[in-house]
Amino acid sequence: MKNLVELKDVYFNRGDTPIYEGVNLVVPEGKVTAIMGPSGCGKTTLLRLIGGQLKPTRGEVHFAGHQVNKLGRSALFDLRKRMSMLFQSGALFSEMTVFDNVAFPLREHTDLPENIIATVVKMKLDSVGLRGAAHLFPSELSGGMARRAALARSIALDPELIMYDEPFAGQDPISMGMLVKLIRSLNSTLGLTSIVVSHDIHEVMSIADHVCIMANKKIVAQGSPEQLEREGNELVLQFLHGEPDGPVPFHYPAADYAEDLLGSGVRR
Amino acid sequence: MKAIQELGRNTLNTIRGIGNATIMLFQALVGKPQPLKMFPLLMRQLYVVGVQSMLIILVSGLFIGMVLGLQGYTILVDFGAEQALGPMVALSLLRELGPVVTALLFAGRAGSALTAEIGLMRATEQLSSLEMMAVDPLRRVIAPRFWAGFLSMPLLAFMFSAIGIYGGFVVGVQWLGVDDGAFWSVMQASVEWQHDVMNGFIKSLVFAFVVTWIALYKGYTAEPTSPGISAATTQTVVYSSLAVLGLDFVLTAVMFG
Amino acid sequence: MEARKIELLVGVFITAAIAALVFLAMQVANTTGALRGETYTLYAKFDNIGGLKVRSPVKVGGVVVGRVSSITLDSEYFEPVVEMKISVQYKGFPDTSTASILTSGLLGEQYVGLEPGFIDDGVMTLEDGDQIFMTNSAMVLENLIGQFLFSQGND
Repeated sequence: MKNLVELKDVYFNRGDTPIYEGVNLVVPEGKVTAIMGPSGCGKTTLLRLIGGQLKPTRGEVHFAGHQVNKLGRSALFDLRKRMSMLFQSGALFSEMTVFDNVAFPLREHTDLPENIIATVVKMKLDSVGLRGAAHLFPSELSGGMARRAALARSIALDPELIMYDEPFAGQDPISMGMLVKLIRSLNSTLGLTSIVVSHDIHEVMSIADHVCIMANKKIVAQGSPEQLEREGNELVLQFLHGEPDGPVPFHYPAADYAEDLLGSGVRR
Repeated sequence: MKAIQELGRNTLNTIRGIGNATIMLFQALVGKPQPLKMFPLLMRQLYVVGVQSMLIILVSGLFIGMVLGLQGYTILVDFGAEQALGPMVALSLLRELGPVVTALLFAGRAGSALTAEIGLMRATEQLSSLEMMAVDPLRRVIAPRFWAGFLSMPLLAFMFSAIGIYGGFVVGVQWLGVDDGAFWSVMQASVEWQHDVMNGFIKSLVFAFVVTWIALYKGYTAEPTSPGISAATTQTVVYSSLAVLGLDFVLTAVMFG
Repeated sequence: MEARKIELLVGVFITAAIAALVFLAMQVANTTGALRGETYTLYAKFDNIGGLKVRSPVKVGGVVVGRVSSITLDSEYFEPVVEMKISVQYKGFPDTSTASILTSGLLGEQYVGLEPGFIDDGVMTLEDGDQIFMTNSAMVLENLIGQFLFSQGND
């Protein structure tokens, strides 16, 4: 089982704040990998490191055998044609129709004639169920539809890797169900590798083959969903079961409660 | 003590900002030209930036020209020098008001629109998407807008001056009775193509460069939040205006001093 | 459809700009100015240049034939030297011509007035780099008042 993406001993600081301290993870090829963790632990940063938008302070980021953080500008651009990212907001280009949005990568990076591009676009839109909405503008789409259109754009060039940044955030149950189904089916039919960053446990665990849980600036657990359930430590289990108190405490560190309430009234 | 520290820090930040802005511009403009892809983008930006500013420029130019005619007449008539109204209106517009007022109006209308648009593209992650799709957002988004601003502002300044002079003519000759022939002939004797018109053109080129650059940089580096974009838009207008007025002084001293 | 409308409007924009430019060139600016095209240089020394400035016009009988290009001080005798660029359309001034510093109108700016001298067999024409020897300096107010008082006193 080859690993399409590997992070070795990665450290990353944003300004003076350390975000990662020694992160090691692997993304097996052809599978759906989930990255989960408490809010603010830097999950989106991970995707940006893989895509080369950010460089690690220390350590190595590998994609398909290339070390991403060492590549020059044009080599990086070439590598990016083999991967694609679905942003949380969909990020469709607001002044183009859905059709033109999906056609954009094709027109940019290939010399295909317009009629072939039209066919490819229709096929991609059909696979996400939006072939009839091709003429609409992004402002006319609902949130779920916008995300599906963005997904169609991400698969336009048949990449090897798709990264999903919080795809289920704020979606109604029906859209959520559609997205879950799409992620899984695209992964198998197109032979993709998918990385899903999310904290919707239920949805993600139902489709993930490999799960990484991130906390305290490191990866605290990696493995298949069943493995984590079985062997998981306290932090992992708190996360997976959504328990309000545990290794991630409920109370922000504060002085003793009684003293705080009564202490100010006591004159010494 | 702290105030001095603040001053030092702010100065360093400003210099760093200028450096970043220069790098951004360099990366956006320098590279292999791709006329087929760039031309439609440039067209669209010329429309957004140039054509849509035309109305405010023409209306403002007309009114300013008319005011110049009116004020100029009331001042000159006391010296018996109302025949000098022509050159007064023309030179004020061509040398100063045309380039400067056009630049200020442009900064307010087109500059702030550019900043807001690019800030919004950053906030909705469209710029990041472009990067991830291996398309350089600097060349795709920033460069056409820069060229559009740089090309259209001087043209707008010419239109401003021309319609202003016409406004001065309408007020001076048709309403206040300055002699028609004298108005134009004294003007023609005093206005020189190279010294006045072309110097004004050079000024508006410089202003166009600076205003468009500031607007694009502020949009590109805006905080991707609503207050962030709003602050960036305000800063574009303020910094552009200050830069235009400051540069105007320097250029005037060099050209006409 | 959308693209064609945009192109049309941009075309209108550019046309309006060109129209403005043409208007400025024809109606407003002095495009028949004497400094267009080739010029040749003439020099003149004065005792006092008064309010003459660089770029002041050089006129013959009121017609602008050139401009003052620089005003310097002769290093030997500390005399003001005025360098003028005259349009080649107006060649052939005899070297008996006079250069005077005159004022146009009451509050007007000062200019160099050239009066062509008499043309005779022995008279040469002024070429590029030649000097006009007969000059009349600008009138200085103090000298005028002094003259007036002096002449009054003589009565």
